[in-house]
Amino acid sequence: MSTSLLIVQILNGLQLGVLLFLIAAGLTLVFGVMDFINLAHGVQYMLGAYLAVMFYSLTGSFLAALILALLATLAFGLLLEFVVFRHLYDRDHLDQVIATFGVILFLNQGVKFVWGAAPLSLPIPEFFSGSVVLMPGLLYPVWRLVIIGSGFAVALILYLLVSRTRVGMLVRAGATNAAMVSALGVNIRRLFMIVFGFGTMLAGFAGIMIAPILSVEPGMGDTILILAFVVIVIGGIGSIRGALIAALLIGLVDTLGRSFAVDLLRLFMAPSPARTVGPAIASMLIYLLMAVVLYIRPSGLFPAKGR
Amino acid sequence: MAALPKRLSTGDAIAITVFAVLAIFPLLAKFGTEGYLLALVTRVMIFAIAAIALDLIVGFGALVSFGHAAFVGLGAYAVGILASHGITDALVALPAALLVSALFAFVTGLVCLRTKGVYFIMITLAFGQMAFFTASSLAPYGGDDGLTVRMRDTVAGLPLLRSDGALYYVAFVCLLATFALCRALIVSRFGRVFRGARENPMRLAAIGFDVFRYQLAAYVIAGALAGMSGFLLANATNFVSPAYMSWQRSGELIIMVVLGGMGTLYGAIIGAAAFLFAEEWLSELTEHWKMIFGPLLIIVVVFARGGLIGLVFGRGRHD
Repeated sequence: MSTSLLIVQILNGLQLGVLLFLIAAGLTLVFGVMDFINLAHGVQYMLGAYLAVMFYSLTGSFLAALILALLATLAFGLLLEFVVFRHLYDRDHLDQVIATFGVILFLNQGVKFVWGAAPLSLPIPEFFSGSVVLMPGLLYPVWRLVIIGSGFAVALILYLLVSRTRVGMLVRAGATNAAMVSALGVNIRRLFMIVFGFGTMLAGFAGIMIAPILSVEPGMGDTILILAFVVIVIGGIGSIRGALIAALLIGLVDTLGRSFAVDLLRLFMAPSPARTVGPAIASMLIYLLMAVVLYIRPSGLFPAKGR
Repeated sequence: MAALPKRLSTGDAIAITVFAVLAIFPLLAKFGTEGYLLALVTRVMIFAIAAIALDLIVGFGALVSFGHAAFVGLGAYAVGILASHGITDALVALPAALLVSALFAFVTGLVCLRTKGVYFIMITLAFGQMAFFTASSLAPYGGDDGLTVRMRDTVAGLPLLRSDGALYYVAFVCLLATFALCRALIVSRFGRVFRGARENPMRLAAIGFDVFRYQLAAYVIAGALAGMSGFLLANATNFVSPAYMSWQRSGELIIMVVLGGMGTLYGAIIGAAAFLFAEEWLSELTEHWKMIFGPLLIIVVVFARGGLIGLVFGRGRHD
């Protein structure tokens, strides 16, 4: 394994990490504040990608598509909240799981119905296309760097919002003890609408940013959703900081594991079993990491709930 | 929670009716498009086994496992992998299926059961995904594509499972055994502790019960029973695939349990039937059947809190 390959894979890992963070951030706050388990968060990501493709073909401009798709995901998320989720806050987690599972079934099929089952693609914006030379002999696509950069920018904005503004303070308080915040006269439902809308937009943003390098297809949100769950479980439910650290950790471990597991195993195994076992171990790695973290700390690394 | 009766209650009456109908169904099916219906009901019973096992831990222990399909898949893979090595006897494959899934339940249970509530849901989900991705990357056993099991297992060398009718009754007996076992467990001392742990684990611990061990035992039993359903599934479909372990499958199992009425055991059978028949019927209607089924689920959750049984008999679920 060469140094340049290692650097490329670390960058890829960071890129997966920030993507996971964008999705996990909304999920963990919705969880933390409303104790609401939203399986349908992944379809918001998918929807963001589809809407970006649609608006791009209508306007021909990536920026316009980005803005329109963000607004559309926000509107759609609030619509979902109004029509479905609102009736589920007082229910137990099982009901929430099933109802939001129903939303997933509907929307995964819905995008097939509207846009067809074939994967769609979105071109990389002209300005950011191509690659840059990071080191002699090491080329890296600009767009991936843009994703990493925008992910960290969002993390910074989120940090400032949560730690420096009044709404952020309420969100933190809500994640620690929602009932108390409500008793102090804060309209927790409205606060939740804000958090939910914001989380939806972040997931949509992740979908839009990743659309140029992944194929946009039905069900694309499901895999990433479960990774996001792993992230918030490791990070601690309700904690933005935990989500960021866990997301980067998962992104790096998963990416590096997949690219180097076979090589590492070959150090002490014959090549042919290493090629068989390697991918299996690589795909288990993040779950093993989660198991270890939860075994040591059953409520994650940075639990927000004061108990 | 379901009241546990001394005399014949509505619940027992329903359970007896369900099993009576299943017992004579092959005779009735003779009049229709026999093979198709027989296969469908066999499938219902196979999934009902896994759903009952899930109801045991969800309905009576409030352990919402979102990775239950992994056990089904492991049982199925035990059959498939053994068959690909030339071992095709149920006397080997069934114990292997039970053992593998019980072992997986034991190891993951050690971690999962340390957590509660949402964490438990998500960690079981994650372990389910782990099993799914591991199966997908098992290149020697078909990887993503899964593997075909050429022939159904023999039983002690005899081709007992080869006919569809025989497989039907084997599945029936397995279902009946699963139901009887789970019902006996729930009314036993073990079951009381397990149910008590749902209501107030701290109080139980104070009386001197090691709640964790009871929950782990129930989790392992539920896993092994799901493994049995996987064994039957592999034999019924002659095919094993990672898709058996997908998280959607786990979700479907939960839906079956809740649809039929949680914490009743027989409800899981009704739920499995309702789900699979609805799937069959709606998918004939339109290829976009999930666009109907999804909203249907939401409506059931929002309006019918006791599942279908609760809807009919007017008994709501207590949380």
